[in-house]
Amino acid sequence: MFCTPVIRKNCLFLLVICWVCLITAGCTQKVEQSKTGGQPVERTVIIGFTASQTGKFNVESTRQINGLNLWIEQVNSSGGIRLGDGTKIKFAARFYDDESNKDRVQELYTKLISQDKAEFLISPYSSGLADASAMIAEQYSKLIITAGAASDSTHSKGYNLVYQVYTPASRYLTGAFNMLSKLDEKAHNAVLIYEKDKFSTEVCAAANKYGAEKGFKISLFEGYDSGATDFAPFINKIPKGTDAVMGGGHFADGTTFAKQLFEKGVKAKFISLLVAPPEPKFAELGNAAVGIIGPSQWEPLAKYSSELSHLAGQGAEWFGPNISEFVAAYKNKYQEEPSYHGAGGYAAALILQKAIIAAGSLDTQKVKAELDKLNLMIFFGRIQFDTTPQMHGLQKGHEMVYIQWQKDAQGKLVKQVVWPEEAKSANALYPAH
Amino acid sequence: MVVQLTASLLDGLLLGAIYGMAAMGLNLIWGVMSVINLSHGAMMTLGMFGAYALFTYAGINPYLALPLIAIGGCLFGFGMYWIAVHRVINAPHLASLLSTFAVNMVIIGAGTTLFTASPRNIDYSIGSLHIGPIILQGTRLVAAGIAVLMAAALFVFLNRTFLGKKIRAVANNRAAAELMGIPSTKVLAISFGIGTMLASVAGFLISTIFPFTIYSGGSYEPKSFVICVLGGLGNPMGALIGGLILGALEGAIPAFLPVGWVPVLEFALFVAILVVRPTGLFGSK
Repeated sequence: MFCTPVIRKNCLFLLVICWVCLITAGCTQKVEQSKTGGQPVERTVIIGFTASQTGKFNVESTRQINGLNLWIEQVNSSGGIRLGDGTKIKFAARFYDDESNKDRVQELYTKLISQDKAEFLISPYSSGLADASAMIAEQYSKLIITAGAASDSTHSKGYNLVYQVYTPASRYLTGAFNMLSKLDEKAHNAVLIYEKDKFSTEVCAAANKYGAEKGFKISLFEGYDSGATDFAPFINKIPKGTDAVMGGGHFADGTTFAKQLFEKGVKAKFISLLVAPPEPKFAELGNAAVGIIGPSQWEPLAKYSSELSHLAGQGAEWFGPNISEFVAAYKNKYQEEPSYHGAGGYAAALILQKAIIAAGSLDTQKVKAELDKLNLMIFFGRIQFDTTPQMHGLQKGHEMVYIQWQKDAQGKLVKQVVWPEEAKSANALYPAH
Repeated sequence: MVVQLTASLLDGLLLGAIYGMAAMGLNLIWGVMSVINLSHGAMMTLGMFGAYALFTYAGINPYLALPLIAIGGCLFGFGMYWIAVHRVINAPHLASLLSTFAVNMVIIGAGTTLFTASPRNIDYSIGSLHIGPIILQGTRLVAAGIAVLMAAALFVFLNRTFLGKKIRAVANNRAAAELMGIPSTKVLAISFGIGTMLASVAGFLISTIFPFTIYSGGSYEPKSFVICVLGGLGNPMGALIGGLILGALEGAIPAFLPVGWVPVLEFALFVAILVVRPTGLFGSK
């Protein structure tokens, strides 16, 4: 009834006009581009992430964001990255406070993707929060690089676009047992007291298994609730004559645990705690920090990360600043020595940069393909990702180093790398007390 | 095992004294005016942050700041009574519950905005006491000592001073007390202030031992309820003993079971007391 010949003719006419307009616009764009003399297009790429500006991860997250922001500043001031089609890209950060809360992470990453149009994502600090962000990233097919996240289990969920910078939890404390065995052949019993969160539970479950395989008797294996502040019930259960106390969780509870171990006069010969000891702020504990060992993803003193010792025989390509350049830039900007959290934030972005350059494109699948092929050596250490379907994106190239707080000749607390032996800057203080 | 159990019990008892003092505040308010103060945890948090602010920004020794915390807590409670409690005191219990809960939310909300949810710590150490193989933290010992002194002072106040007698009279029978010329409204306000003072001092003492956040008071509030029921609602001295019992349990249970069982058994005890002896171990008013 409505499709009379006149109406059909008018519709056809309108369609032809639209087609002509589209063709003309395309030609005009090409003409404009050529009129500008082939000047490359510049654009800004949004990197989205959440930061724990409040809540229990505040200390570690602030350092991680510092590293990331340093990278953005350096890349932009050096002119950005040029893609295969000549486009010059610079980066801008878009972030929100996740309050160290998993529910907030999910809301905010959805916002970063759908409203802020972030093209690439960096995870928040901590395995639990990173796991929440990874789920959202995968749902929206956005590539995410996890910094500050060591959980193995995130990568067993079939994700394809989630890439881990840190050495996984399953390898966090294994070196501590190796070191203890080397320092004292007679050491044979240990306790594992850990925070009942995703990361610490995975680390200590793996450590428990590894310790038993190495012949250690784990006489206490117990978790405490996140947010616990009274460690006396656990400390009182440590059997007399225990050689090693290991565990902890994150900075806040790790520091409190270390302080209460000292106040309760625990005479363990070897104390290794997660996350807290490598932070420069740990030194504020004073004498309670002396002798405490912590696994670290990276240290400025670690010869282990030297490009010379690692390039040989591993086929890794060197990329980015060296250790002293990174440390100098970080100290210049933030007036403090970088911890591995800061280095991890920078490393995550550096890896993304390398993948974009190699891909010559911002296309997610092309960048992903480059990340899958990566065999890189950066100031942070070796980077290579597991590409099996079972554990895609798990970090398999990077190794932990172990630090210990010791007093120097002037009685000042300093952090030394004590393990592995080829990376150490000082001998381990053993026994710790 | 004996050494471990003894150390755990002592640690638990020391902490229990602080719990008991906090619960005394809640118990006093309930006993005098039949109001369950749901801002009790928030008052403890105010005590923690008050101590932190005085130590960090004014450089005042935390133990020397105690009188300031106590006075501040009392004045805050006095003001809170007039604003949030006085008008609903004769209304059904739900009204006063909601009113004090609202104050709790205001304090937590304002505190989160001003201080964020980041952990804070009063980094002040006074060493440890060695008793053979048992080592007790100095801060825990001092905190327990102060808690016991405060409890003793409250006992003397309630039983040996004129104002204390007025408070007991109003708690016993408000109408009769009015007939005797006791200004019951003022007495209620003062009682509320004393209750919040005890809560804020308890918070201050806890802050000298453990780190805390703006939400920390909330984790101690349920313990105060358990202690009040254990000791007997309306019996402030019973609350102190209830606190010691709870502290002893918190110390003893981990010696035999994983620490995670402590709240399970605490609240199982709470239910058992409510069922078997609802007036508490030491009776109510």
